Parts: sequence; C-alpha cells; structure tokens
Amino acid sequence: MRRPGQRSRLGRGRFYSHFWMSFFFLGVLATLSGLYYATLKVDYVWRWYRIPQYFYYQENVEVRAYIRGEVAEITREGDVAHVLVIGDGERGEHKLPPDAVHVEQGDTIYPGDVLGSYREWRTGILLLGLWMTLKVSLVAIFAGVFIGLAAGLCRISSNPALKWAAITYVELIRGSPLLVQIFIWYFVLGTLINTLLAQTGFSQLSPIWYGVTSLAFFAGAYVAEIVRAGIQSIHRGQMEAARSLGMSYPQAMSHIILPQALRRILPPLAGQFISLIKDSSLLGLIAIRELTKATREVVTTSLQPFELWFMCALLYLILTFSLSMFVQYLERRAVIS
Amino acid sequence: MIDVKNISKTFYVSHEVKALKNVTCRIEKGEVVVIIGPSGSGKSTLLRCLNRLEEADEGHIIVDGVDILDRKTNINKARAEMGMVFQSFNLFPHKSVLENVTLAQSVVRKRSKQEAAERAMALLKKVGIAEKAKVYPDQLSGGQQQRVAIARALAMDPKVMLFDEPTSALDPEMIGEVLDVMKTLATEGMTMVVVSHEMGFAREVADRMIFMDEGAIVEEGTPEQIYSNPRQARTKLFLSQIL
Repeated sequence: MRRPGQRSRLGRGRFYSHFWMSFFFLGVLATLSGLYYATLKVDYVWRWYRIPQYFYYQENVEVRAYIRGEVAEITREGDVAHVLVIGDGERGEHKLPPDAVHVEQGDTIYPGDVLGSYREWRTGILLLGLWMTLKVSLVAIFAGVFIGLAAGLCRISSNPALKWAAITYVELIRGSPLLVQIFIWYFVLGTLINTLLAQTGFSQLSPIWYGVTSLAFFAGAYVAEIVRAGIQSIHRGQMEAARSLGMSYPQAMSHIILPQALRRILPPLAGQFISLIKDSSLLGLIAIRELTKATREVVTTSLQPFELWFMCALLYLILTFSLSMFVQYLERRAVIS
Repeated sequence: MIDVKNISKTFYVSHEVKALKNVTCRIEKGEVVVIIGPSGSGKSTLLRCLNRLEEADEGHIIVDGVDILDRKTNINKARAEMGMVFQSFNLFPHKSVLENVTLAQSVVRKRSKQEAAERAMALLKKVGIAEKAKVYPDQLSGGQQQRVAIARALAMDPKVMLFDEPTSALDPEMIGEVLDVMKTLATEGMTMVVVSHEMGFAREVADRMIFMDEGAIVEEGTPEQIYSNPRQARTKLFLSQIL
C-alpha cells in the first residue's frame, strides 16, 4: 500500500495533485467573488450582523399595573420581587426581577403605569423553524421506517392481498408529486377527518399531523422498495438454513434475514432520510412554520433575502450532514460487530 | 423411519422440467443411505422434498409417523427433527460460531442460554472446532464452516440427518475432515441420507446406495452390489465415468 502523498512508481506526483487542488480552490474563490461583485453591482448591502437576532434576541419586557392605587409593599425573596398594589377595594400583585423594579413604596399608580422593565432572551423565528423541521423530519423518519418495513414485508409476501396492497401503495405514492400528496392529506383527508372529529365531539387535528403523515407515507413507499431489495439480496440459502432448523418464517426473518438486510440497506436508507429532511420544506405551504417558511417570513420583514436564504440552505446542510455522519458511524459499527 | 411413496415434482423454468417421477423408497432407523447420480438426476430435489424445502406435487412422505405433505402437519416441528447440511454451508454470517449453534436451540427448542451454550460447546468439541467458538464464519475455512454447519444441525438433536452434497464446495484437502465427522456420526447409529459423489465414503459407511437418473430411482443396493455388480446399464455407465 502507498502512503498518502507518496508518489507511485508510474502514477502522478505530488506536484500534480497540489496544482489541481489549488486550481479547485481558486475556482471556488472566483465563483464567490463573482457573486459578491454582482451583488455590489445591483447595490445590495450585505448586513450579516442582522442575522443572529433571528436565532436569539433580547426582548424588553415591561410590567404594567392594571389598577389604580398605591404601592403598598415591595418584598424581595431571592431573585424575585413582589410588588403589591392596593387600590379602592382592589389589589394587584406583580412578580419581576428585583433590579427591574422602577417604583417605590408609597408611589401612586394609575392603570398602565410601568412598574418595572427587564430584558429577556427569546428564541428567534429561524431557530424555531429549524427545530420544527427537525421535529417533523424525525417523527416522519421513524413512522416512515415502520410503514416501509411493513410494506416491504407485505411486498414479498405470498399472500396476494398483502402483496397487491403493497404494490398499489408504492406505485400510487411514487407516481405523484409530494406537494400534491401534501395537499390531498391536508385539504381532502384533513377536511374529512376534522369534520368527522368535530361531529363526534373530538378536537380537531392541527396541520402538522397531516404534514407529518404525508411525509411518513411518502418516505414509507421508498423505504418499502429499499427493504424489499435488501431482503431479496440475502442469499436464499440463509432462509433455507433457518427454516431447516425448524424456525418459523417470522423467526427466520427477525433473527436471520432482517439483521443481515439492515446492514445492506443502511446507505440507501440514509439517502432517503436526507431527501425527507429536504422535502419537509414543502410543508410551509400548509401553514407549518418550518425552516423554509420561517425564512420566507423573516425575508419579508427584514428585506435581507440574500443572507437569509444562504443561511437557510446552510442550516439544511447542517441537518443533512449530521444525519449522514451518524449513519456512517452506524455503518462502521455494523461492519465491526 | 422415512417412507417416500410415489412422489413427483415438476419445475417450471421457461420450460417444464420433471425433477422427480414417481419415486418410492424407504429409509430405516439407523441406516446410512447414500444417493448418487449424474447432475440433474433429481437426487438433491428428493432430499429437499424430505423436509419440504421443496414441495412434492404428488405422493406422500411419512417421517417418523408424520405426513410431511399434510396441510395440518406443523412443518416447523417436523423440520426440527431433521437436521440438514447444505453444499454451500449457509452459516449465519452475522452470528459467531457459537451463536450459529445456539440460536435455533433457544428459538425453536426454547432451551436456556446456558443449556444451549453447553450443548453447543460439546458439539463443537465433537466436530473438532471448539477453539473457534467466538469467531465469525467468514474467518473459517470451508471445511471448518461445514463442520460448524453439522454441529448446528446436530444441536437440535435430530432423528435423521440430511446431507446435500456436503463436500462438493470444498477444496480437496478439506474434504477428509468433513467426511471424518460424518463417519463418526454413522458409527454412532445416526440415521443419515447423504447426496454425495464421495465414492470412498459411500463404500465405507453406506448401508445402502440409491442410484438416480432422470428423476427416477434406477437401482438400489449395498455398496458392494452397486460397485462390483451393477445390474443396470445406466449405473454401469455412470460408475465407469466417475471411478
């Protein structure tokens, strides 16, 4: 084996790889500066410093009185101050941090007067959107794996009803756009289910449930095909050996076939999960405020679309990249054990 | 022990192939029967029909009083009584050697972990491979893998062992170690049905030989009879080709 960087006897030397690597980096640099130059040409002002506030920001919280009266008592207990306002047969109690209190005992207070103010850290809309994307994707991935596993097993079943149900499901899902499926889940099935729930006195389901369901069923169809291919790639002799020992079909599946198939389907499964994270961006269209919708909302108020869309793409990249790293780790572990 | 009555089997691979034509035979308890015949003669199909890995289209197979081809028969229970050894070993690659031998014991026979492990170690010792218990199958030679496969089948305490060309996929220097294990089994009184081309093995341990050709049994007899005095012309031709 060749050491890294060592020149092979007939291969190309170190100069060759260094030259072309520099070429690559120059290309990247040229593309970025070209882009930057173009934005200057259209007088776009880059304001990256405005972006962090959409992740975390400080909000000024003002505590106001709601009755007319007099500050009767201010008690400080640890890191909470209680301000008691007593008026004409009324009393108002207010809690706030000790050093935020602006009034003193005996002050006359009118409704709407500021008793104190303090600053509080709040989660920004982009971070909330990212969290929503992560949540929706994770739930859809887990549900999709279960649906896909069941559908994949049905697909190879000898029972015609199960087999044809699986074929119909997979072909229906794979044959239509995800956006259309999301609309069907939300506007058609969602309306039906919510109306029926309302009629029977239950509370209605929020759009997020229909969004997650549509993603899960969409991913499930692809997972089913991956599972089927994985199972069929295991040599027939494995099933025969397991059955010849007296194991039932489910026993042979769970102890022998699926553990081996799982290792083979991990890489294509990871690709499917990454697609699912990206596809979740469509859920913004049914009023689920995930990362893309959150970015769109921020863009309309901040008027900094360039920074925000790049940031949005970067956040998706972080999600998908961590997922693929995690799967690579699982794969390595599966190979070792 | 095994009673095969008039079984037939047809495969449909682009055209119809009659793998078994009206085959009838008996295997007694404690008997070692070696089935020989040219490739495509149906000997492996016959063996695989015995534990219903292939389903015979017609006829009956009675193993130890149980009709294998009856819909009401619990085939898993019947298979647990019949060990099978395959040409390509078919060890479970994701399980260690020990786990290969203990798995069916705990899943099918419901033995405790310790009991299964003890039985497995005793059998691995018997086939001479106890020191490899913690190793995974892909680190073993073909001969070692096949001996583990035999131990795996024996762990179920079967009443009969079926061998489907157990040495055909082995390098020549490894055939001996597998045949030795099989000879030991034979001398211990195990009922064995062996599909094999190992003529030396057949001569030494077989109580009876069955010669098959084109899906039918052509001739049956003791090894001496078959080797020194074959009655059928086809048997003579086959033996002259392989000896």
